[in-house]
Amino acid sequence: MEFETIIGLEVHAQLLTETKIFCNCSTKFGGAPNSHTCPVCLGMPGVLPVLNKKVVEYALKMSLATNSTINKTCSFARKNYFYPDLPKGYQISQYAYPISEHGSVVLDIDGEQKKIGITRIHMEEDAGKLIHDDYNPMSYVDLNRTGVPLIEIVSEPDMRSPAEAAEYLKRLHEILVYLEICDGNMEEGSFRCDANVSIRPKGQEEFGTRTELKNMNSFRNVQRALEYEVKRQQYIVENGGEIVQETRLWDDAQGATNPMRSKEEAHDYRYFPDPDLVPVIVDDAWIDEVRKGLPELPVAKRERFVQDYQLPAYDAGVLTADKALAKYFEDVVALCSRPKAASNWVMGDVLRFLNEDKRDIRDCPITPASLAEMILLIEDGTISGKMAKDIVVEMYKTGGAPKAIIEEKGMVQITDEGALIAAIQKIIDANPNQLKDYRGGKDKLFGFFVGQVMKATQGKANPKMVNDLLKKMLAG
Amino acid sequence: MELNQLTIHELQEKIKNGETSATQIIESVFDRINAVEERVHSYIRLMRDEALAAAKKADEEIEKGRINTLTGIPIALKDIVCTKGINTTCGSRILHNFVPPYDATVVEKLRKAGAVFVGKANMDEFAMGSSTETSYFGVTRNPWDLERIPGGSSGGSATAVAADECIASIGSDTGGSIRQPAAHCGVVGLKPTYGRVSRFGLIAFASSLDQIGPLTKDVEDCALMMNVLAGYDPRESTSVPMEVPDYRQFVGRDIKGWKIGIPQEYFIEGIDPEVSAAVKKAITVVQACGGQCVDISLPHTEYCLAVYYIIAPAEACSNLARYDGVRYGHRASEVKDLLEMYKRTRREGFGAEVKRRIMIGTYALSAGYYDAYYKKASQVRALIRRDFDEAFQKCDVILTPTTPTPAFKIGEKTDTPLQMYLSDIFTISTNLAGNPGISVPCGFTAAGLPMGVQFLAGHFEEGKLIQIASAYEKNANIEKRRPQL
Repeated sequence: MEFETIIGLEVHAQLLTETKIFCNCSTKFGGAPNSHTCPVCLGMPGVLPVLNKKVVEYALKMSLATNSTINKTCSFARKNYFYPDLPKGYQISQYAYPISEHGSVVLDIDGEQKKIGITRIHMEEDAGKLIHDDYNPMSYVDLNRTGVPLIEIVSEPDMRSPAEAAEYLKRLHEILVYLEICDGNMEEGSFRCDANVSIRPKGQEEFGTRTELKNMNSFRNVQRALEYEVKRQQYIVENGGEIVQETRLWDDAQGATNPMRSKEEAHDYRYFPDPDLVPVIVDDAWIDEVRKGLPELPVAKRERFVQDYQLPAYDAGVLTADKALAKYFEDVVALCSRPKAASNWVMGDVLRFLNEDKRDIRDCPITPASLAEMILLIEDGTISGKMAKDIVVEMYKTGGAPKAIIEEKGMVQITDEGALIAAIQKIIDANPNQLKDYRGGKDKLFGFFVGQVMKATQGKANPKMVNDLLKKMLAG
Repeated sequence: MELNQLTIHELQEKIKNGETSATQIIESVFDRINAVEERVHSYIRLMRDEALAAAKKADEEIEKGRINTLTGIPIALKDIVCTKGINTTCGSRILHNFVPPYDATVVEKLRKAGAVFVGKANMDEFAMGSSTETSYFGVTRNPWDLERIPGGSSGGSATAVAADECIASIGSDTGGSIRQPAAHCGVVGLKPTYGRVSRFGLIAFASSLDQIGPLTKDVEDCALMMNVLAGYDPRESTSVPMEVPDYRQFVGRDIKGWKIGIPQEYFIEGIDPEVSAAVKKAITVVQACGGQCVDISLPHTEYCLAVYYIIAPAEACSNLARYDGVRYGHRASEVKDLLEMYKRTRREGFGAEVKRRIMIGTYALSAGYYDAYYKKASQVRALIRRDFDEAFQKCDVILTPTTPTPAFKIGEKTDTPLQMYLSDIFTISTNLAGNPGISVPCGFTAAGLPMGVQFLAGHFEEGKLIQIASAYEKNANIEKRRPQL
């Protein structure tokens, strides 16, 4: 039987606000346990939440970036359940009235555009963390993360393969990071993803029973977990079994998903409007203001790179995957006006150096000005492309400018015609037999002469001039 | 008269004239407490040392001529408002050892106004009750008849004022918890408009209904207390940023030409005849003051109790979820796992009435029941609010009895919660609608029990309440009596 896979994702993104969503505590990651807490986020008796306006602004940014319809009035609800990392015994979230709905993200699947619907985006507070003692029957509670603002982005069940889901996740991640509202760090949990997955026989209208997957803390794991789960479900159905609606945890080491809780064990969250908070009113003026502040988004940037710089779609994709990288590239182009050359150098050498050192483009020792200068030096023939390969290594190591390095190393290209003619003549004179054979029709020997000249000039001879001069002089 | 028997404004005069000192006042209050507290049990905790220190500081201020609204005035705080460094129990075992690291906004304000805190007043556990019988720390007795309840949940706040164990007190009112005990104890009690007085630091029972207010010996003191308590608080989202008038200016003004709404739904069968007669007399008093009575209708009154007993427990079950033994308060010992810790902590920590309301609220919010209960109740609540808005198109204030009966006997209704719930029947509607209400003494029964008349006004019209209450107080000629203890 042939199956179709149905995937929907729920993404939680921690927002990069300075302070928590309902109090003034810092949102910084990694403080001493419970050092970023106060009576409000500790859920002490009698304290009250006051909404951080920045959270709404960031949620509006994401809503606009995903073409979502913003609800002019939205409100908070309480999601009730007991757990030690949840001090109030309820999480303040949004339920009936989220900040926005009906958005979408467009994916590029093998050159085809595919729109993935976003059901809703809502604001909520994060929970704390439990630390379990491995040796004693004791657990510790760290509430630093409690009250850190999150937006939850819920997709429609529009994805048809784990690869599509991974692609959607990457696009979402890219937008959040571009907007500078989330650092996107999956390992630290500031970008988290749960997946709902089901299968159905091809052609069947209704959805199969779904399972919910949790605990996938990298893009790779999301795809692996989904691939595993799809296979698992297929195996069950093909063997006459039935899928059980349940929540399953991905086990990275085991490479498998395992049941966490069944539908019967699922919580009844008893959502109801939070009486401690008033509805959030978003007027057109606020929306316009946020819209004006939006940066160019990845898709638009990609299109512009192809259009304005005449770059291949592939180059545009690589360069815009990171906003800082795109900026670096554009800074280089602004100074040298050689987009393709700039793209080659950035995507080739620069990215390779950075990847090897696990460094960010923001920390790249080669300044855009230096790289532009080097490209222009190649262009005007001061150095050859081959020499540039060595120079760029030096630039990365020292952070120096190309001209200084060239001078220091005596690497200037020989473009003096007289000097080149003399050097070529020497080679011709020293190789009479080869000259005879060449003139007798052995064209291949041209390369031999080029090599000899380059060797004699320690690679500094301008290759184009050598070519031209050799052709003339060999012809006699 | 002893100093502890005087009102805020009387004491202020004496302080200003140098006739007395804050230290003398607080000493007279503690003398009285030593004499009667054992029988009345107004307080969960007395703050003698803090009070004496605060009085000494107040005297230094007085010496320098810096006299604030409440400088040197002994105030009792219901044990539901958080006091920094002082146990705040909410009448519950689950918070018996809880020491807040912060003051409630009202506590800050009172402190700033110069108040001297006498102690933390007894109350029904988590303010759930109408008799102060559900407190983990024992019952409070009505000073007018020690066999009777003082009302609740702010029972201790009412008895402390009535028995002169303080000059004024702070209560909280979710369904009548200030006004009902005020009526039963013969003192003035005001529930302000929702959003008028900050709830920050008020331990939540039902967040959309809770409101802090004063209990005082007369209406002028009520105005003075409101001058200190009212105002916007940026720490509370439901606090309303509206200017606060000087409430004292409404004291002594006449009410000529005012329309007094008499809601037919509040004069029903089953009201105690003595209460009924006293309230009818109150009507003639306000008429004599120039008030004009108009018949009005609050057609959804019959649903108030039902709506209240869905919304209040629903909010409560969520508000009380934080008492899990993890961070503060009571924690069951020798538990084998997390679930047992939760279960035993809460089983041991909460009393029967609190558990009953948690169960009701949890049920009302459960999947499959939400629409029929919580959602429906919220819709009816909107209609109740509309009733009041429409009524106040036709009148300036509404006059009703505060309670259907005088104080009942201790233990009389503890086994019949529904009977107990009915004692708030005239006060609950204003909490649902958010309007302010005041209870003013309107006489005594033949057995010597005090009764109260209630005035209600439009949102943020506490000034009108003080105006009519003060006019009524002045003209009603209610016999001045003190409880014989």
